[in-house]
Amino acid sequence: MNTASEFVGQTNASDTNLPPSEREERAMQAFAQHFGAYTALNLESCIHCGICADACHFYIATEDPKYTPILKAEPFKQAYRRESGAMAPLFKMLGLKKKVTADQLAEWQELLFDSCNMCGRCSLICPMGIEVAEMIEVGRRGMADAGLAPKELGDRARLQAETGQPEETARPYADVLKDIAVQNGLEVALDKDRADVMVCLPRTDLDRNPESVAAMIKIMDRLGADYTFRSDALIAENYGYYAGSRGLQKRITKRITDTAKKIGASLVIVPECGHAYTALRWQAADILGEELPFRVRHITEYLGEMLADGRLKLNQVNGESYTFHDPCQLVRKGGVMDSPRLLMDAMGVDLREMRNKKAFSFCCGGGGGVNDLESARKLRHRAQELKLREIDHTGADRLMTTCSDCRVAFDDAGEHFKWNKKTESLIELVAANIKE
Amino acid sequence: MTILEFSRGPMLHFALIVFVFGVLWRLVSVVLLGWRKSRAENRVSPGKAAVGGVVATGNRSWPHPEFLDRTAFGEAVGYGYHIGLFAIVLVGAPHVAFWKNLFGINAAWWPTIPSGIISVISVVTIFLMFIATVRRFMHPVLRRISNFDDWFTLAILYAVMVSGVMAVFGIGGRYELVLAAHIISFNVLLIWFPFGKLMHAFYIFPSRFITGYKHEKKGAAS
Repeated sequence: MNTASEFVGQTNASDTNLPPSEREERAMQAFAQHFGAYTALNLESCIHCGICADACHFYIATEDPKYTPILKAEPFKQAYRRESGAMAPLFKMLGLKKKVTADQLAEWQELLFDSCNMCGRCSLICPMGIEVAEMIEVGRRGMADAGLAPKELGDRARLQAETGQPEETARPYADVLKDIAVQNGLEVALDKDRADVMVCLPRTDLDRNPESVAAMIKIMDRLGADYTFRSDALIAENYGYYAGSRGLQKRITKRITDTAKKIGASLVIVPECGHAYTALRWQAADILGEELPFRVRHITEYLGEMLADGRLKLNQVNGESYTFHDPCQLVRKGGVMDSPRLLMDAMGVDLREMRNKKAFSFCCGGGGGVNDLESARKLRHRAQELKLREIDHTGADRLMTTCSDCRVAFDDAGEHFKWNKKTESLIELVAANIKE
Repeated sequence: MTILEFSRGPMLHFALIVFVFGVLWRLVSVVLLGWRKSRAENRVSPGKAAVGGVVATGNRSWPHPEFLDRTAFGEAVGYGYHIGLFAIVLVGAPHVAFWKNLFGINAAWWPTIPSGIISVISVVTIFLMFIATVRRFMHPVLRRISNFDDWFTLAILYAVMVSGVMAVFGIGGRYELVLAAHIISFNVLLIWFPFGKLMHAFYIFPSRFITGYKHEKKGAAS
């Protein structure tokens, strides 16, 4: 039998031609894959207190109740109650829980994609301990399998699954990487047959922040690591995760894990990209159904380990103050709590913390693929205003983070609001301050 | 058989059967769905993650300071009436006598608090429930997400609380009838319990624990 994820893995997460009945059936199959005890506990426990809205930047910015996080999971909740909950036969018999319809799914597209970064802040506030963000993620999976993922995400996911690149470029990213190395006078280890460490890169950095790419090369080189970039597994982002397609996410993940296995890597380094970290560090093994034979670490975790070992020594930076944005997927959902601050501390960075920091940090507004959605731009800017105000309130001269997606989001918002800050990369600061 | 005898005889027994078997079914039906194995490399041992789960089970009752400026009022009202309900049900003298009788135990150690204090707690609890109800009507988020379960559960709770206070203060007619109304409404609450949101009284512990456990395994805050 074909599972929903399998046939969506072969087709398209954004498909305008699917008949409504097929959309409904596919969404239901996707939801059914997630009907487990933990999901049931999450869905059964909701007391409709609405407090999750108070954690969500989209609700706080707009005060529109439709952005209440748990409401975004409603189609999934409804499907569970009707098909799998303890009282499902009763609900079905009395017609108390209606089937999730294609119209309803279409109505929820904005709520699940445009107005949710899957940042997980709502999961921290729930007095019942419900993992609200995970329920929304399952909602996205239903949408993708029903062909209702936004076209920007669905198309990129499919392209990335097929080619390794989420968009067509004039030159392959491996060539862009080589160019960046040459322009910065660096030698890059690319496509080695065997290496202990495999390093990935964010597409957005290859496109927009070549200095960050150069910083990654420089760091790996200075640390004397037996590393390689691989042109067949270069891109860290996983558009399958963004689009909600488990099938495509699996194929994209497999490209990286297969390559890492092939070259005998014991460590895969995820660059400055939050969602890539969640997809590879926490979801890859589950989605592939096997334990990974290598470790996965974010670049700041790796550097933190090097710092602790004494293999990385850093110069002191002087001058302007910084505030640091904690990327949601790293901190709140990934547990990368301390290593960025260890690095900043080692460099003597004058850090001015935001009121909502670490696990409570507000999202940049662009995560979860929202950066890619033109339809979400206006709403995103409203949510981002909150964050920009909080950053300004620190009085810091500069803003730094360690996620390329966050940088894109802040820079876009900065342009929109004519803001006086550009977002900087922690890795670039480290690379510039390694003691020779 | 008088209505009072009916309410604390066959109706109570029926209600208790529905309650016990209903609650068990709701809990078992969750477990039967099965737990998924997590294959990612954990940051901490299962034992340490379990400690994180226990901590989360406790500390989710205390809101994180980062959220308080938006949530303090709603949480104070919500927790306030829950604490009131617990006090009335668990240490109010007539209820303690009821439990002892129901379970057939002597339990001389079971403390009670003076009826005057319980009366004040009851009135305050009803007042807090009223504020919570008004909030559910007025707050755009609560209004949007509320359903039949929310309103019906509140209605039953009001019936139980108001009839109880009426019985204590001797208002609303013959004592036996008011008491019967109180016990009948409590029986309805027991019958409704496994069908609606009242089940959160049982789900709250595993739900908090497992989320805390999972977060701890990742090294993430909970």
